[in-house]
Amino acid sequence: MTVSVSLTVNGEAVSADVEPRTLLVQMLREQLGLTGTHVGCDTSQCGACVVHVDGESVKACTLLAVQAEGAEVKTIEGVADGDTLHPMQQAFHENHGLQCGFCTPGMIMSALDLVKNNPDPSERDIREWLEGNLCRCTGYHNIVKSIDAGARAMRG
Amino acid sequence: MTEQGIGAAVARREDRRFVTGQGHYTDDINRRGQTHAYFVRSPHAHATLNGVNTDAARAMPGVRGIFVGEDMADVGPLICGWAITDVNGEPHKAPPHPALAVGKVNYVGDAVAVVIADTLEQAKDAGAAVEVDYGLLDAVADPARSMAAGQPQIHEEAPDNLCYEWALGDKAAIDAVFDGAAHVTSLEFSNNRLVPNAMEPRACVAEYDDGTGEYTLFIASQNPHVHRLVMSAFHGLAPEHKLRVVAPDVGGGFGSKIFIYAEEVVATWASARIGRPIKWTAERSESFIADAHGRDHVTKAELALDSGGKFLAMRVETIANMGAYLSTFSSAVPSYLYGTLLAGQYTTGGIYCNVKTVFTNTAPVDAYRGAGRPEAAYVVERLVETAANETGRDPAELRRINFVPGDAFPYETPVIMQYDCGDFAGSMDQALDLAGYGGFQARKAESKANGKLRGVGFSSYIEACGVAPSAAVGSLGAGVGLWESASIRFNPTGNVQLLTGCHTHGQGHETAYAQIVADKLGVPYDQVDVIHGDTAKTPFGMGTYGSRSAAVGGSAIVKAADKIIEKGRKIAAHALEASEDDIEFTGGNFTVKGTDKAMNIAEVAFTAYVPHNYPEGLEPGLEESAFYDPLNFSFPAGTHICEVEIDPETGSVAIDKYAAVDDFGVVINPLIVEGQVHGGIGQGIGQAVLEHAVYDSAGQLISGSYMDYTMPRADDVPNYDVGFNGVPSPLNPLGVKGCGEAGAIAAPAAVMNAVHDALRDVGVGHIEMPATPLRVWQAIQDAAA
Repeated sequence: MTVSVSLTVNGEAVSADVEPRTLLVQMLREQLGLTGTHVGCDTSQCGACVVHVDGESVKACTLLAVQAEGAEVKTIEGVADGDTLHPMQQAFHENHGLQCGFCTPGMIMSALDLVKNNPDPSERDIREWLEGNLCRCTGYHNIVKSIDAGARAMRG
Repeated sequence: MTEQGIGAAVARREDRRFVTGQGHYTDDINRRGQTHAYFVRSPHAHATLNGVNTDAARAMPGVRGIFVGEDMADVGPLICGWAITDVNGEPHKAPPHPALAVGKVNYVGDAVAVVIADTLEQAKDAGAAVEVDYGLLDAVADPARSMAAGQPQIHEEAPDNLCYEWALGDKAAIDAVFDGAAHVTSLEFSNNRLVPNAMEPRACVAEYDDGTGEYTLFIASQNPHVHRLVMSAFHGLAPEHKLRVVAPDVGGGFGSKIFIYAEEVVATWASARIGRPIKWTAERSESFIADAHGRDHVTKAELALDSGGKFLAMRVETIANMGAYLSTFSSAVPSYLYGTLLAGQYTTGGIYCNVKTVFTNTAPVDAYRGAGRPEAAYVVERLVETAANETGRDPAELRRINFVPGDAFPYETPVIMQYDCGDFAGSMDQALDLAGYGGFQARKAESKANGKLRGVGFSSYIEACGVAPSAAVGSLGAGVGLWESASIRFNPTGNVQLLTGCHTHGQGHETAYAQIVADKLGVPYDQVDVIHGDTAKTPFGMGTYGSRSAAVGGSAIVKAADKIIEKGRKIAAHALEASEDDIEFTGGNFTVKGTDKAMNIAEVAFTAYVPHNYPEGLEPGLEESAFYDPLNFSFPAGTHICEVEIDPETGSVAIDKYAAVDDFGVVINPLIVEGQVHGGIGQGIGQAVLEHAVYDSAGQLISGSYMDYTMPRADDVPNYDVGFNGVPSPLNPLGVKGCGEAGAIAAPAAVMNAVHDALRDVGVGHIEMPATPLRVWQAIQDAAA
């Protein structure tokens, strides 16, 4: 049995037939081909799958696709402005805030929600906000630095 | 240094695809007609396999095939590629390791059957319907107990579960030194078992093309050619020329993606059987039980000192857990990558090391970031720090009087290594400054005023990287050579493709290697592309691990560049009507000495491909390959200093400050190298205070998810102060040493020395890794009781 789900992803109206047990992250990756959203665990701990649903950061592995019916979803593929990187993406690049890149989409999506809620976060704010995002490569030093720089750039 | 050459902090070119979600990891790959594999795994640590009934499962929707161990009789078992010779001159015990279990399962996670179906959900549903008849056996998970009488025997071939006993040094002579020593420091501790936990789980997509007889395997691998070689030569899946292995973007490895595992062997084999591509991606719970783990030593270590504080001798006995089977390089880790590093940075007179490796009913244990060297550094640096405390000396000063002095290189250690160069005291002095060591007592007093305990800890580690000279490792039992390859291909329009046998999975080779080529050949950095990770494209290479990609892979690039220059010189001499001896090459230009006659390397490349005016007898084209076999290991070393603050009420350990000064020789890209140090320190802090793969007595992994296994998070770690004190290695053309593992090697000892320093004030003598709040709090209570 499948059910039809319709939602907006990165500004485009999309729909797909999914099994009821399909997670939002599976639908994004497998039905819509948006493979920038990653799956790094099966307990909603790692944050590699963070996307925005109606403007809030959400772990796309904790939501069934059917629960996103009618929602506005933004994934990492929808963050840059054409060829121009978003200031947060640019900050990760300039500050070497990524190594293998697997956690990076989730980190950036999470960071964008932090800055929306807290435009001028302290180092402690950033570190505590990242509780739900695991990185095994960077020791977090340059991720924190990147988010600080990205937030500054976004403040203008 | 040019703007984007060696030494420049170039921001990485690979970043763009990762920050925009355009990376191509294995699980992102989908092939037409693709099916999905699900592995049925043993829930028991030790059991006979009395039968597997797949009838019901086979009838379920979408199922294409179900296979068990007996179906794969034509496939060779998984192998260990390093044969250790034991103390009696006998080879280590390497019991057969079938890809799918036959007759018996030996750890929780051992694969029993594979179900292949059109969708992953169908494969899982059918997997749940596979009935396995297990005959439960007693299990042993604790390495210290596995050799004892009455313990379950895991493999017939290995009586008392002993894989090998290995030793280095003259025990009688060392014992005599201990007998006459003014002071002996003695410690017993474990080196906690870890799960590598690269953020991208292992994954593969295997397919067979019946038209060409070729297999293609896309896999999250650190070494695609090694995968191809082993799968051809040992598993017999396909001849090498009929097996293409592609390692696309790989989301971290840390050793765990070096090895040849059951899943890729089964998927590749089965893809021809069912005539469809097969995808398998590990779930994280599966990674916890089925990836090779790291560390897991139990050690007794002693250091003998004279009355002046000089280290006379060291005696180390270790039991190392190999898990249920020998993984690909596992046997080398607690022997040649461990015992040979026990001299540390010191002039210790003699060393005896005895290692017993044992089988247990746990997942196989193999190389994890540092691989043997973190365990060695922990032994040495915990001993040294404890000795300083016991003899009333400042830990920095005790180290200083024992360091190998700068004029003693090349220095032969008592444990078969020859250090090429170093400045151990210089690095420590720089680290003392960076750490603000002079202000420690004031900070300690402030912590005390706030009811907290503050401690400082040192770790003056050394490691052996650039693994390694092929003949040397061959004499020690390695089944492979450990050289590296590079091929530099100029295109007619002057841009360059560099093909390397190394593989980048976070290390930034696409950037750093382009910097080397730009620097050596004077080609603009953005005109150089780096190609790696595909056996159909690149020359055979050994891959990336052991901090070898700069020292060995980078040296191969330099060698290939030298050949390009040599040929270019001939082409330029002919075109410029000069003698070859009069041609100089600098900054990308071939110039006739003492004149303004010059030809850029791009023009030389064009001439090579359009050879109208060309030296007689010279081959057209400008493409050169090189294979570089290192002359020695390289020896990165440094001093890391950690400060912790402990809340005695809760036992929680806060890592307050962390300073690292490392000698990596020449640094190609400081931005990348600092990042490597940060990441290693993060993992080392994880080992020291957070992470622990715990098996219970029945062999169940009880910290088998991110709910239970404590990964370091952003608020567990501080900012790191990182400095360099590079002494260029004289033994490779770049002068590099390797930086990938330093942090993970140094940090556990630095953190734990700090924890012990802090807890000494409340009478705590010894505490094991990880120093969790519970352990610390309990130790404080016990000391007070």
